[in-house]
Amino acid sequence: MPKLTVPISDEDIRALHAGDTVYLTGVIVTGRDAAHKFMIENYIRNPVVAEAELYAELKRLLNGGVIYHCGPVVKKHDDGSWSFVAAGPTTSIREEVYQPEVIEHFNLKGVIGKGGMGANTLKACQEHAAVYFHAIGGAATLIAQSVKEVITVHKMEFGVPEAMWVIRVEDFPVVVTMDSHGESIHTKVEAESKKKLAELLGV
Amino acid sequence: MKDLNLTNDFVELVRRAATDLPADMEEALTKAKGNEESGSSAEGALDTILKNVTMARQRSTPICQDTGTPIFEIRYPVGVSTRALANQIRQAVAIATEQSYLRPNAVDSLTGENSGDNTGEDFPTMHFHEWENDFVHVDLLLKGGGCENVSTQYKLPDGGLKAGRDLEGVRRVVLDAVHQAQGKGCGPAVLGVAIGGDRGASYIKSKQQLLRKLDDTNPNQDLAELEERLNKEANQLGIGPMGFGGETTVLGVKVGTLHRLPASYFVSVAYMCWANRRASMDVTFSGDKVEVTYA
Ligand code: SF4
Repeated sequence: MPKLTVPISDEDIRALHAGDTVYLTGVIVTGRDAAHKFMIENYIRNPVVAEAELYAELKRLLNGGVIYHCGPVVKKHDDGSWSFVAAGPTTSIREEVYQPEVIEHFNLKGVIGKGGMGANTLKACQEHAAVYFHAIGGAATLIAQSVKEVITVHKMEFGVPEAMWVIRVEDFPVVVTMDSHGESIHTKVEAESKKKLAELLGV
Repeated sequence: MKDLNLTNDFVELVRRAATDLPADMEEALTKAKGNEESGSSAEGALDTILKNVTMARQRSTPICQDTGTPIFEIRYPVGVSTRALANQIRQAVAIATEQSYLRPNAVDSLTGENSGDNTGEDFPTMHFHEWENDFVHVDLLLKGGGCENVSTQYKLPDGGLKAGRDLEGVRRVVLDAVHQAQGKGCGPAVLGVAIGGDRGASYIKSKQQLLRKLDDTNPNQDLAELEERLNKEANQLGIGPMGFGGETTVLGVKVGTLHRLPASYFVSVAYMCWANRRASMDVTFSGDKVEVTYA
């Protein structure tokens, strides 16, 4: 079972190729639309004026780190701690406008989601040694089981699905569908199936 | 005539649909896994899916966090109050949400506010059909959002696809729909196809096809052949589980028809993700005794 531990080195990223299955272990952070917009507006495109503490924390967590496009279903326990009940991936393409800058700014090494991302993210992956990890859509219970600990949560004001959950995962199953060499399974499968369709339709 | 209270039984029906994938689906996924190249990402995806299915059943937790739109098809004998049943169903989905079998999924289209309990305007979906039998039969489908976004409708003739108003035309647009969807609808998929009707009726009919068992045979010979051919050809597209590439793009294709206006020829394609969550129950009565069985 090919395993990878977060934080991930550039060298390990370059060794990955589209189509590889890997199991991720380590601390990762969830983020969807609100989180990406927040980081871009407050930390990346403008000088940091507010929430500098969170900025420092994210710089530490995301350096060599991984962001997960996920809106979890969570459970709060009596002692105030949290756990993930269901944690499947959400559609990634919505973050295409933000992702390249987030990868570059924070030295992000991986993005987990579903459905793949576009040309700009693929380019950013090439330039900054990062990859797109495709999680298995719908495998919510299994993925929640690989979330061993909810360490903390930031930006709870965005709501549970949009908040930035800092979680420790163990053997989280993903497939590299966009690598750091410019290969994307998504463009490849799209092109090949298009050819096959033309054959079947005789056009 | 019959004073039924089936609220708790409806809760159980929802729990089963959300947490327990039907046996024929699981069987098809297992078989599909065996057809994929050993060590491929397609095989890995199916393996993860199957593990998830087992885990969800054991723990009685939702198979997927998107528990979708609950669609109820209710068949009832004369004398049963559909208003009462509708109220009980609404109550039941609220309870099932409270018990975490369903995620709160009903959002006000104007304000964006989530009702929190899966009830709202025309939510959940219910279709009542009076029939001649003396028992109640309910089918429930939980239709996910990601795959609903890649469901589609064609108006034939379609010049671009060279699709005319015949079964060959239907074949062409269905294959196009599968290609368009790529991996975005969490395949491998089950396709429900409807030919005819107006736009609305056609969409409903296409979803109702998803309630059919994978191994049933269409009583219409032409449609049975079309189903088989589409199943084979869709898999030749090589899109594979999750769009990773591979042998399994669809697990089944089910086609139904409706009469149409001379002017229109619609083909609707309901794309259902691998989490094809359906459950059904029968309610029989003898005297004061009410008996409920699930399938
Ligand atoms: S398409 Fe189906 S499996 Fe995928 S996230 Fe939606 S409900 Fe879940």
